[in-house]
Amino acid sequence: MPGKVFAVVVVIITLAIGYCVVAHVWWMPVDISVHGPNIDHQIEETVFGAGILFIAGQLVLAAFSFLYGDSKGARKMKSFPGGAKPLIIFAFVVVGIEILVLSFVGSKAWGSVYFTPPDPNSVRVDVQAGQFAFYFRYPGSDGKFGPLHPELINEGSQNFFGLDTDHDADSKDDIVTAELAIPVNKPVLLTLHSKDMGHSFDVRELRVQQDFVPGIVIPIHFTATQTGKFEIVCTQLCGLGHYNMKAYLEVMSQPDFDNWVKQQAAMQ
Amino acid sequence: MSQSELTMSTGHEVLMESSPYGMEKKKLGMWIFIVSDACTFATFLFGYGYMRVGSQNWGTPFEFSSILNGIIMTFVLLSSSLSMLAAVRATQAGQKASANKWLGLTMLLGTVFAILHLREWFKMIGEGWRLFYNPLGGAAQFGACFFSVTGLHLTHVISGVIALAFIARGYNQGRYDSSHVETAGLYWHFVDLVWMFVFPLMYLMNAAR
Amino acid sequence: MHDMTAHAAAHHAPPQGFIRKYVFSVDHKVIGIQYTALGLVSAFIGMALSWAMRIHLAWPTASIPFLGTLSPNGAPGGVPTPEYYLSLMTMHGTIMAFFLLTAAPMAGFGNFMLPIHVGAADMAFPRLNMASFWVTFVGFVLACATFFIPDGPPLSGWTAYAPLSAVGAVAGPGQGWGQNLWGLSIALFCVASLLGALNFIVTTIDLRTKGMTLSRLPLATWAWFINAWVSLLAFAVLLPTCLLLVLDRLGGTSFFIPGGLVINDKMLPHSGGSPLLFQHLFWFFGHPEVYIIILPAFGIVAHVMPTFTRKPLVGGWKVITYAMAAIGGLSFVVWGHHMFVSGMSPYMAMVFSVPTLIITIPSVIAVLVFAFSLYGANMRFTTPMLFCLGFISLFISGGIGGFFLAQPAVDSYLHATSFVVGHFHFTMGLSAVFAAFAGFYYWFPKMWGRMMNETLGKIHFWLSFVLVYCVFMTLHLMGLTGSVRRYSQFVADFMVPLTPTNRFITIAALLLGATQFIFFYNVIWSRFKGPKAADNPWQATTLEWDTTSPPPFDNFGGRQMTVYHGPMEYDGDAFVMQTSTEKSIAGT
Repeated sequence: MPGKVFAVVVVIITLAIGYCVVAHVWWMPVDISVHGPNIDHQIEETVFGAGILFIAGQLVLAAFSFLYGDSKGARKMKSFPGGAKPLIIFAFVVVGIEILVLSFVGSKAWGSVYFTPPDPNSVRVDVQAGQFAFYFRYPGSDGKFGPLHPELINEGSQNFFGLDTDHDADSKDDIVTAELAIPVNKPVLLTLHSKDMGHSFDVRELRVQQDFVPGIVIPIHFTATQTGKFEIVCTQLCGLGHYNMKAYLEVMSQPDFDNWVKQQAAMQ
Repeated sequence: MSQSELTMSTGHEVLMESSPYGMEKKKLGMWIFIVSDACTFATFLFGYGYMRVGSQNWGTPFEFSSILNGIIMTFVLLSSSLSMLAAVRATQAGQKASANKWLGLTMLLGTVFAILHLREWFKMIGEGWRLFYNPLGGAAQFGACFFSVTGLHLTHVISGVIALAFIARGYNQGRYDSSHVETAGLYWHFVDLVWMFVFPLMYLMNAAR
Repeated sequence: MHDMTAHAAAHHAPPQGFIRKYVFSVDHKVIGIQYTALGLVSAFIGMALSWAMRIHLAWPTASIPFLGTLSPNGAPGGVPTPEYYLSLMTMHGTIMAFFLLTAAPMAGFGNFMLPIHVGAADMAFPRLNMASFWVTFVGFVLACATFFIPDGPPLSGWTAYAPLSAVGAVAGPGQGWGQNLWGLSIALFCVASLLGALNFIVTTIDLRTKGMTLSRLPLATWAWFINAWVSLLAFAVLLPTCLLLVLDRLGGTSFFIPGGLVINDKMLPHSGGSPLLFQHLFWFFGHPEVYIIILPAFGIVAHVMPTFTRKPLVGGWKVITYAMAAIGGLSFVVWGHHMFVSGMSPYMAMVFSVPTLIITIPSVIAVLVFAFSLYGANMRFTTPMLFCLGFISLFISGGIGGFFLAQPAVDSYLHATSFVVGHFHFTMGLSAVFAAFAGFYYWFPKMWGRMMNETLGKIHFWLSFVLVYCVFMTLHLMGLTGSVRRYSQFVADFMVPLTPTNRFITIAALLLGATQFIFFYNVIWSRFKGPKAADNPWQATTLEWDTTSPPPFDNFGGRQMTVYHGPMEYDGDAFVMQTSTEKSIAGT
């Protein structure tokens, strides 16, 4: 009896999980980036491949405990025909093929994010993370970012980046904002740096997640394909305000973006 | 972990015949400890390498006098390995007087090494070197790496000398036999071997040019 | 010769007096029980911490009983502050990963059983063994002490990423002395684990009795032996990492702290260090650590299951042992998969992805061996057997998540979501716990001489099994939405709608926790009131069932054991003990 009960419980659990995945009860949000479909495709591929292994594994377990769970020593013991050899061959061949497929297809998806050079005409935004906010910097009309002086960082006087506007010509027209606005369908290049802890830049819809590592500047580039307002959250534990460290990404049409930059420049 | 802890085992295995697979368990234990300790040293040296490669202004502060001091220290430690070997041989041949002589010499050479090393340390501290400060203006990591790597090694040498003293005492009182001395010898040679990595990496690579 | 044995026996009579016998005992059986008890206490504390976290996540304003008393600052009125939530999380991870999952299956059962399995009277270095436990205990006390210091436990997670963990009290509450104590506690734990691993290795190589060749070692002992090697190398790296972290904190060095950091508008005096160095060193330990947790679980299941399927494992001792050895070896070359999005070179991500996927092959072989060993069996559905089956199911479910997280492209979406939380709780958390339960129900009669109550054991299993899926599979699925882990409240816009899911998980988690009280009750009741256990209640073959329950001080009452068979000589109701001179009956 307990063998059959176990089998039934395992089958119910497997079906319930299978339903949740197939019916997308919890699922990824819509994708708004050019490289995103590669990643989504890779995830779906993995759901399919790993899902089959999952269902097969649980069903084998259920079947065996159903079939061999209850007899009271009446049946003659049997060994699995062929012993371990077919199992080992199965593991090497089936899992091996799955690994090869996932690695090849996966390297394409990964490469589409990281192995492509950024477009030289990208919109460039400098991003600084600190406990517990993101700040964004646009180069302004001269197209150049001024140098950073960490010792000048002062939240009180709103010098979040440590810019020296008195001495650095390039810094004078730099625009600092608390919101990331980018034009739609244009390549964007972010340079990520942190002023204190490890943080992370995560926009689910963009399929972009990249840590900020103090001491180094990490470039990341993408192209958004839909306008709208999306959430940027920190996913790397950075201290007590971690849960509430967020900002918004606004993807705009080119004219809207140009207007927005003008407005922000006027407010500096 | 000190040598003495390793050899303190009481073991009620005497109740039974010794294992047919047994090599001497103290010796095996010491080999396993050496494997583990080698990983610990490797981690420190990896950290040093990482700091060094990642730095643009790594200093090379060791003048000839420091290198010479290091060469003398190397010579002293290598000699102590030889005398340790002689001590093991003597205990195995049952020559108590000779064993004591060689053990004494090993401890003496170990102590000389430690003194020479500490002299170097105090000289550097006098010059302003700290764990977090480089008086020559190069990477501050130099002091951190130098003091932590050589400090770990020096701790091993000093605990080795203390352990040898315990072993020698037990040996003279008849509580320990040649296998204890041999196990201590394994540790001593390991510490010597580690120095053969530390010396070129910490001193020779940082010789002033 | 006779004289010497008698003399030795007299000389090594069991120690007298409570302290020598039960507290500072060198007897491996007492030490094993001490570790097991420490594991149970850790499990209880860790579980209570997870309750507080789950309640706060589901009902952010709810007052949690006792928490306000424990920390008036951290949880005024019983409602944890965001920083105290992170402290609870850090200590939950630390206590569960180190003091329960690393200590209990290996040091607890291993200490008790390994010398008996190989036919020895004790560990190779009994005093060192005692030192291991007491060093672990001091580490545990230091970890718990962080709850009672003014600024509370650290909040940097069990991974203690620098610079959050390295810069000191400026980084937030608990990052002062809380983090110092944490570093010291883990350093002590490393020392104890290294001593323990050394002892396990020497005992297995050196103290095996006559006839106990490697091919006849019980599989649990094989797992402990392989695992001791993995521990020996992994903890030897975590120890110096902790030391360097403490040097950064107290010695002013900058191994893990780069220059130009600004906190509260003040620049830190550090320069030149690298947070990535810490991540590399930590995960070089950290990934083998998850196998350090799961390998003994494999071993226990491989040891317990044949007793109740009444047949040997498919492939005999070799296939499962080689699979465990392959997992142990490969575990040292996959650490980078924790760092796919951490700023490591994207080329390195590809390099680390491949061995990570390859490690699934020996894992799949191990699972297939377990599952296909059920084929054609006459299963005896005792509680330990149920937990073995539960282990297989949970490990399949957890292992599947590995396919996702091993790929950098997929991980870049799922990293730091609750998918990861579900994944590692399934694989290294609950799988290991289920195997430990299997071992506990299986060995309880040997350790205390009384049987556990089967009915309560079965209720414990069924509720736990279903609720574990409710909690951790839901976390997996919720992670697909990108729900971020380590958040003390769901305030991000996209996470607010997940609140009902979150409440469901919390209720299931509370019930799962409550279920464990059935187990605690069963342990205490059976310890004193359970029916007396026979020497070999499960009709098993290995040496621990060849002596009294519980075994005498020298394990076999002065008998010299000679081994003639492997550990899996089962054929239905027939079985041949390892020490029996009868003919072998098991066809592999």
